[in-house]
Amino acid sequence: MVKLKSKIYNGTLYVLLSGELDQHSASYVREEMDHAFGSGIFKQVIVDLSELEFMDSTGIGVLIGRYKKLKDRQIPIYICNPSTHAEKIFKMTGLYDIMPKIV
Amino acid sequence: MNYMEVKFKSESVNESFARVCIASFCLQLHPSVDEINDIKTAVSEAVTNAVVHAYPKNCGEITMRAEIEGNMLTVSISDNGVGIKDIQKAIQPFYTTCKSDERSGMGFTIMESFMDSMDVEKNGESGTKVTMTKAFSSNNVEQVLSHTHQIC
Repeated sequence: MVKLKSKIYNGTLYVLLSGELDQHSASYVREEMDHAFGSGIFKQVIVDLSELEFMDSTGIGVLIGRYKKLKDRQIPIYICNPSTHAEKIFKMTGLYDIMPKIV
Repeated sequence: MNYMEVKFKSESVNESFARVCIASFCLQLHPSVDEINDIKTAVSEAVTNAVVHAYPKNCGEITMRAEIEGNMLTVSISDNGVGIKDIQKAIQPFYTTCKSDERSGMGFTIMESFMDSMDVEKNGESGTKVTMTKAFSSNNVEQVLSHTHQIC
């Protein structure tokens, strides 16, 4: 079970992911993030993973897909509050090269 | 030696079931949080592969078997699906047959990295069997015992 909340504040789209992101929940996250991308004007996206309890490589695929969607609009995506577990996967897959971590 | 075996339908909703199942079985090894996360992730990758690739048209059956010998866990995920044409190619980082589906192609790499060993082979006529092992740190047992003594 995964949940997604989003809001735009001061030109930034904040996306909060909670629960478990795997193959089963991936399509929901894709649809909800894409819906949020079309919901207003923003200059950057910050994905907050502080409430994400589990993620596997399917999550990497979802995030890379979102990165590609915003690349043409020159809107960067940043990751914040990853768990130790998510951080391990991000470092292994090189995700931070395209989606830097912010504190 | 202790063991367990479960069979389940290749539905994506069963990925979380497989993760909870292997995590519960491993509790007897007093795992650290990192060790449990590693195993849950590796199993999730193997089961997802079976759900997505082994049975692309119809649902089939996935078997998860785990054994514990001393501090060593061996877990295998097997299916009777369409199989992998070129296993050596499939386990390369970033290799994927479904680029349009936003797949990272990192599943086997994560399994290999998070576990001590990983072996991919044919399962019978056409399916695939992934076998992984991981040795658990005995320090965790000492930590738990030490903590228990303090409480008592």
